[in-house]
Amino acid sequence: MKIRDWRSVAFTGATGLATFCIVAMVVVILGNIVWDGAAQMSLRFIFGGTSEGMFDAQKAGVFPMIFGTVALVVLMTIGVVPVGVITAVYLTEYARHESLITRVIRGAINNLAGVPSIVFGLFGLGFFVQFVGGGIDKVFFGGQLHYAKPALIWAAATMAVLTLPVVIVATEEALRAVPHGFREGSLALGATKLETIWKVVLPQALPGILTGAILAVGRGAGEVAPIMFTGAAYYLAHLPKGPTDQFMHLGYHVFVLSTQSPDIERTKPILYGTVLVLLLLTFLLNLTAVLVRAGIRAKLRAANG
Amino acid sequence: MTEKQPVETRRGDAGVAPASLSRTDLGAAIIRKRSRPGEWLAERGIFAVSLSSIVMIFLIFAFVGREALPVILGQTSNARTQKPLTPDEATKLPADKLAKYIGVSVSELKGYDAETLKTLVELKAEELAQVSNTDSRINTTSWQKMFQPHRWLGYDKPEYIWQPTSEIPKYNCIPLFIGSLKATLVALLFSVPLGVAAAIYVSQLASPKVREIVKPTIELLSGIPSVVLGFFALIVLATILQTIFHYSSRLNALVGGIALGLAVIPVIFTIAEDALTSVPKSYSQAALALGAAPWQVAWQVVLPAALPGVFAACILGFGRAMGETMIVLMASGNASIVSASILDSCRTITATIAAELAEVVFGGAHYRILFLLGTLLFAVTFVTNLVGEMIVHRLKARLEGA
Repeated sequence: MKIRDWRSVAFTGATGLATFCIVAMVVVILGNIVWDGAAQMSLRFIFGGTSEGMFDAQKAGVFPMIFGTVALVVLMTIGVVPVGVITAVYLTEYARHESLITRVIRGAINNLAGVPSIVFGLFGLGFFVQFVGGGIDKVFFGGQLHYAKPALIWAAATMAVLTLPVVIVATEEALRAVPHGFREGSLALGATKLETIWKVVLPQALPGILTGAILAVGRGAGEVAPIMFTGAAYYLAHLPKGPTDQFMHLGYHVFVLSTQSPDIERTKPILYGTVLVLLLLTFLLNLTAVLVRAGIRAKLRAANG
Repeated sequence: MTEKQPVETRRGDAGVAPASLSRTDLGAAIIRKRSRPGEWLAERGIFAVSLSSIVMIFLIFAFVGREALPVILGQTSNARTQKPLTPDEATKLPADKLAKYIGVSVSELKGYDAETLKTLVELKAEELAQVSNTDSRINTTSWQKMFQPHRWLGYDKPEYIWQPTSEIPKYNCIPLFIGSLKATLVALLFSVPLGVAAAIYVSQLASPKVREIVKPTIELLSGIPSVVLGFFALIVLATILQTIFHYSSRLNALVGGIALGLAVIPVIFTIAEDALTSVPKSYSQAALALGAAPWQVAWQVVLPAALPGVFAACILGFGRAMGETMIVLMASGNASIVSASILDSCRTITATIAAELAEVVFGGAHYRILFLLGTLLFAVTFVTNLVGEMIVHRLKARLEGA
């Protein structure tokens, strides 16, 4: 009996310690970033540009990177949400459960989620920039260089492909959560299947769909490897004027600052500040979406009595 | 509903269901309603869009592979083997051979006048005459040179060397594979024990309160962008580890691997925890009824039942670690050396692509070999994902059947 007790304590202790270690590491990492990053926070830092010295902690700002990141994420969302939602609608509402095509689609989604982000970068360069962009230039501009170069729109398109599985999985979950009675009631009243989906199922699933969009945004704001060759710039004097311009990105800027800086000790405060802004931005976007979600839920509850 | 009852019709379905329809007529009316062209078209549209994931997987493979194809087929050559030709000899050559000799395409060649051609041939002869290094006669983009060791001039034994920017570019991929495997191994050694142990604790032993803290924390960890983890490893972790272990190169496979492990922990934890929770309650209840302690239930009943899931978690973690870019690019030192020590700096496949693609000539040998590396990486993760998903799927089916 005594031996068993000893082993019980050891087993629970060891697994508990592992859990504690993981939580502690997260706390240490985030704590370190918040602590050192907060010192750099100021309105000048957030709204300032990099024109007066990119590596100088007293003068550098991050506004161009915030602008670029937000623009990227917005364009990406516009691209990915319709495709992701329609795919999820097909999988939950139309597809037969175990048919071959359903299984192949699911396999493709799972695989897409596992493709390394750098491969997306290569794909974006080979497909969007050179093939699609080059094609547009050839057809509409007689070979002049307008689209066949790294640009905001190609980075957003690459990112949309990368976040597609996230949106599909979250939307599917939301659609499955809508009770069958809703669909049956609508169909019984004479609505067609499409009308049922459009007017009954999708509004009910809206909070879940937004969750998917949030997750996609969180993922899209932080990935750097796919945009390195498809649109992000090391340094730009101006904000991007249109979707065919290059842009600066918070994550890429973190990489640039930490690997290209001539004096890392002097750059450190900017670096911490930029990392904190990147984390805050993703959390802020999340928070906004969570609030919207809560609002929609309350409205639905009121409408349903 | 009796047959005589009026059937509510929808607007737009003009005259479909008069009050005196029979049951078969009603059926026909429903069928007619379904076959409305607008609806049919929309359904086809939805189906077409839902194929986009398949199309994307195909496009990724096609477009990354397309750029690498000439190297895969062995059509590229950067060897300088030709004998120098005089202009007279050169003009007697057929157009395609001459084009290859000068190093231009046939259509470009047709655009040149005789004078330009003569200058080009003379320049080429001069260039070839200058080449004294016998290594320059070797096509370094052949499969053999990319994967087998070669004894280069000035080396005393055959070696694996990745030096794409030296005078004679050397594209041996083995150092990069070793670098990737080394960083991945460290990452898995670090993350598998922690992730699996935490999954056992959270799913079997922890109180609901602890669970509610741990799960969001791990979600938070998976939400931290990899560039932030790379930054943390580069600035903080590297310094801490160097002070503890006193090794010479500050950035190495150990630092990169541990940071990589941080990115892999959420993957392993989530899948392992999912597998452990999907073990039916009846298993653990039976064991508890037989007098087993909770830890024995977890260790001897639940874990063995969920073992394939834990294995799948490791496989998927491996795939994730192989494909991660920013962390290893920033924290592993990026020196392409062949060594077994994890305290040496290492250069992974992903970091090589990220660091070098911006500086290569579009369409050149180096560019194509980087795409080849991308294709290989895609193939590796494709297989690991497929195997991992299959194991999870089978395990779930078995446990649900049990």
